Amino acid sequence: MTQIEEVTIDQYKHLVSERALTGETMLLNMGPQHPSTHGVLRLLLELDGEVVINCIPDIGFLHTGVEKNMEAKTYQKAEVMTDRLDYMNTMGNNLSYVMAVEKLIDVDVPPRAQALRVILVELQRIASHLVWLGTSGLDLAAMSMFLFCFREREQILDIFELVSGQRMMTTYIRPGGVWRDVPVEFEKAVRDFIKIFPKRIDEYEKLLTKNPLFIDRMVDIGHLSKETALSYGVTGPSLRASGVNWDLRKARPYMGYEQYDFNVPVLSEGDTYARYLVRIQELRESLKIVEQALNKLPMGPVRSDNRKFVPPPRSEIGVSMESLIHHFKLWTEGFNAPQASIYCAIESPRGEMAAYLEGDGGPKPMRVHLRTPSFDNLAVLPEMVKGHLVADLVAILSSIDIVLGDIDR
Amino acid sequence: MDKSLEPIVKQLQEKFGATYEEFRGEAHCLVKPEQIIDVLAALRDGHQFELLSAQTAVDYYPQTSPRFHVIYQLTSLAHNLSVQVRVPVNGDQPKIPTATRLYQSANWREREIFDMFGIEFEGHPDPRRILMPDGSEGHPLRKDFPLGYEEPQFSFNFDEIDLRKPYAKE
Repeated sequence: MTQIEEVTIDQYKHLVSERALTGETMLLNMGPQHPSTHGVLRLLLELDGEVVINCIPDIGFLHTGVEKNMEAKTYQKAEVMTDRLDYMNTMGNNLSYVMAVEKLIDVDVPPRAQALRVILVELQRIASHLVWLGTSGLDLAAMSMFLFCFREREQILDIFELVSGQRMMTTYIRPGGVWRDVPVEFEKAVRDFIKIFPKRIDEYEKLLTKNPLFIDRMVDIGHLSKETALSYGVTGPSLRASGVNWDLRKARPYMGYEQYDFNVPVLSEGDTYARYLVRIQELRESLKIVEQALNKLPMGPVRSDNRKFVPPPRSEIGVSMESLIHHFKLWTEGFNAPQASIYCAIESPRGEMAAYLEGDGGPKPMRVHLRTPSFDNLAVLPEMVKGHLVADLVAILSSIDIVLGDIDR
Repeated sequence: MDKSLEPIVKQLQEKFGATYEEFRGEAHCLVKPEQIIDVLAALRDGHQFELLSAQTAVDYYPQTSPRFHVIYQLTSLAHNLSVQVRVPVNGDQPKIPTATRLYQSANWREREIFDMFGIEFEGHPDPRRILMPDGSEGHPLRKDFPLGYEEPQFSFNFDEIDLRKPYAKE
């Protein structure tokens, strides 16, 4: 049994300045229960008055052993755990894991399923950015932003409910395709969203982008240089706001991203405001991808017909003995994957989300590692906040858009 | 393998005696633990692999030598290339030099690997656990660590099991 140990300064001696040991500066806990830490994150701050001298993030409060749990389940059943990591990007997590499984067992995905995946993942990116925009607005006292953003996010979650029956923990993307074809109402629901959303982005921008109070809090705060960002493994919008043009959708297109015409917003300032602008522009670009993918959504099957790895459709089970056997074998025993490893990365709303899978020839993965972007994006926080005020720390923390479920796994 | 990756792999093979493996187009290079820092430095400075995308480990228990593989997934943004460097580590007192001087992202990643697998990183600036509580025993992602279940409590044995539970009682 774990004993709860008393926390003393000895543990942090090598991380704080000498002035903290003499009591000249103050050590202060921010979190784990604090609304602006966006989850259960504890920051141990060394403060000189209002100025942050050192910041020591303490994570692990949401550690649930996802990787260990996944190693004890078959490849199909382990997928539900990926939803629970980054609960703002459930579709994207499913996609990265499922793509790794597909690459490991070498299964092709039909074009319709690929296009559906792109639409849903991009909608998820918009939903995730909306939560970020709402909560970071809230952190800077723009209360109405939160209400506006959650209104639009709700519409996206309704679309997810329409296709998968679940608002958040969807598990809709499955190895070999998607769970089932979308209902007929899907196209109208997405079109409605595409119609209203550009106006809503204008509305957000009218509230924030030129707002002098907002600019005062954001410009020249939390500067992140290109070299520091790369060294710390920062990816996603935070990296692109520091002047590095790196987007896996462009650099290594997957799921047919090369067919769609979209831009990757890159800014060179590297401050909190640049990160805000990159994400706002990404909202528009994602919407462009959704529209294009919906316009040329091909007809056809949504699941691979490789019965050794992908369960047969329900309609076949009643009439075909082989289908029944395949269904039974896949859901009781699972499929055997080769003894090899795969690293498969996608561009999530926060950066490079990747799944490392290693099979041992059996139906369960021997090792699953989920490379989650928030983990590295948070590690760079101490570099960004040094010398800023505590109030700025709140703005910087919200600008890197972390999800604690993603960090702690 | 990508054409532009060939000279890089060749250099690793000649200079460091790396073993090359490939699976579905992914390049894996196996090197010895004492060479890892030189290999990473050669890749970062010589071939612009400026991003350490991921760093993790695998436990091959009950096999003991090597029991672990420490994995470095490197990405070159300039050339759009990826290479995976794998380092076999033995089972008793696993040790490997730290990569924090080359990549800052290795700091937290190595803390995580230490926490989860018990692999020690020599010269690490902040060798504390990162995800598990400070006083916890064992390394959960090792294959000989039990998965663990919570005992189901019923009305007849509720208090008995409650006593064994680790949360604070008054």
